[in-house]
Amino acid sequence: MKIVYNGEMDSRLCKAVLGETIPAIAAEDPDVIYLDADLMSCIGTGKFAAAHPDRAINCGIAEANMIGVACGLASAGFKPIVHTFGPFASRRCYDQAFLSGGYAKNDITIIGTDPGVTATLNGGTHMPFEDVALYRALPGSTVIDVTDPNLLISVLRQCVNRPGVKYIRVGRKKYAKVYEDGSEIPIGKAVTLREGKDVTIFAAGVLVHEALQAAAQLEEKGIDAAVLDMFTIKPLDADAVEAYARKTGAVVVAENHNRNGGLYDAINQVLAERCPVPSCCVAVEDAFGEVGPQDYLQQRFGLTAAHIVEQVEAVLRRK
Amino acid sequence: MEQTKKHELQALAIRIRLAALEAIHSLGSGHLGGALSIADVLAVLYGEEMNIDPANPQWPERDKLVCSKGHAGPAVYGTLAVKGYFPYEELHTLNRPGTRLPSHCDRNKTPGVDMTTGSLGQGTSLAAGMALGDRLKGRKNRVFLIVGDGETNEGQVWEAMAFASAKKLSNLVVLLDWNKRQLDGWTQNVFPMGDYVAKFQAFGFDTCKVDGGDVEAIAAALARTRNGGDKPYAIILDTVKGAGIPEVEQMAMNHSVTVNDEQYDRWTAQLNAELAALEG
Repeated sequence: MKIVYNGEMDSRLCKAVLGETIPAIAAEDPDVIYLDADLMSCIGTGKFAAAHPDRAINCGIAEANMIGVACGLASAGFKPIVHTFGPFASRRCYDQAFLSGGYAKNDITIIGTDPGVTATLNGGTHMPFEDVALYRALPGSTVIDVTDPNLLISVLRQCVNRPGVKYIRVGRKKYAKVYEDGSEIPIGKAVTLREGKDVTIFAAGVLVHEALQAAAQLEEKGIDAAVLDMFTIKPLDADAVEAYARKTGAVVVAENHNRNGGLYDAINQVLAERCPVPSCCVAVEDAFGEVGPQDYLQQRFGLTAAHIVEQVEAVLRRK
Repeated sequence: MEQTKKHELQALAIRIRLAALEAIHSLGSGHLGGALSIADVLAVLYGEEMNIDPANPQWPERDKLVCSKGHAGPAVYGTLAVKGYFPYEELHTLNRPGTRLPSHCDRNKTPGVDMTTGSLGQGTSLAAGMALGDRLKGRKNRVFLIVGDGETNEGQVWEAMAFASAKKLSNLVVLLDWNKRQLDGWTQNVFPMGDYVAKFQAFGFDTCKVDGGDVEAIAAALARTRNGGDKPYAIILDTVKGAGIPEVEQMAMNHSVTVNDEQYDRWTAQLNAELAALEG
């Protein structure tokens, strides 16, 4: 794994990465099977499905049934990868994922695309700020907020062979490039993207780029901020949280999610139990989504580098 | 069907009722009505139709049962105990701390239980996925899915039926326990679902309706489902909630029932007398 961040976007759309990676994994492992709920065309898997109808199952617009079918396939010996948009991959089928998946020990990988503000023009109905909270509450689950295309490829490959219900939230568009091509990024380990001694910014998903931008702005103000990529929201790398809380003495959490039940809560649990230091967050303040381009939505919900800088300055006053 | 086979299946159905009753009485209460209504179909499945090996409950090629009305666990456990999947005495652990026999079916706890169920509707999609998976793996087995009539209130049931039909899952056999009652009373009053034969036919199933208390009729209907083809199968079982114990059949509310020692003795005596008459 190598960090190659320079603020530039990765040239690839994540939907194209999904459209290549899912067939590639299926080609390598005959037990991998892919299910979708009439959204294959949104991640470029349609050609694969047409060529391999036994490896790609279109379940129609019926997400609860799709999760149950995936769980039945798991019990028959398959490793299902299920995709739909984030709200339908979480709220719409939560009891099925919880019971037919987790409780019944049918191991499945669920990809929820366009989490939070990345749902943009699909608007509030399609904009999950609560999917992480739901899947964190499912015993034995793995919850991933994708940082960039290379991390997506790496975690998807790990998830198909990992026990439990795995939930991967990822936008379909472009992300800032953080990791070198071909990087293997182990699930469950936070990645230190930038060392610092004054404050730690724990970030996930599209907020990683904002956090790194914020750290550069803070440097100009004489504040030395560490930035950690917390792409594995569960199981959380509690040791990394504790180590950086001790080292820097102040914490800001940045996430594309409601402040209730997401990464902020997960990190505050660790802080409360192991190393109570001042913390605050850049996250959605108990709100529903709304329609608009992503830059507007990040302003609207307070999810920008400037908001992170503000919160860092606020938390440092409490240090 | 030969008379001896018929009597054998009828006797098995009585033994399943006795076992379910014993399990529920050992605790004092349980989902007796909906357990008794599927005793006859379980007897035909495990006594005749299903290709199973009780010594090897994880055999991948076995026929599988999903009891989507998971609260009928005691009937399933009674069947599995009689078939030797686990010691009969274990029925007395029903719902006790640490038991392998929880109220609702759990594939990770009970030897012979093929799928975890309990949240109504979910077993239907699971069974469809199992049938698809077995077919894709090239297995020749079938998946039998018991669904309650009250359970069909759940929309997921109909998503799963549409899926099974769309994917031509002819290795899936849906057995609808049409016992006409749900927790709050008669389905006709609580939430009437209309004509099940017409519904399943409209969903693209090879559909028939039989007397769900007649092992010979059930066996004949199940024999038809061996034919493959390009449609899933549905058998509407015309049943009675509480079937086989007249006092339970006649209770105003018989979904979850308390069973005291005096009732238990009287009902087991009746069932044992029927068993003795059958077996001479």
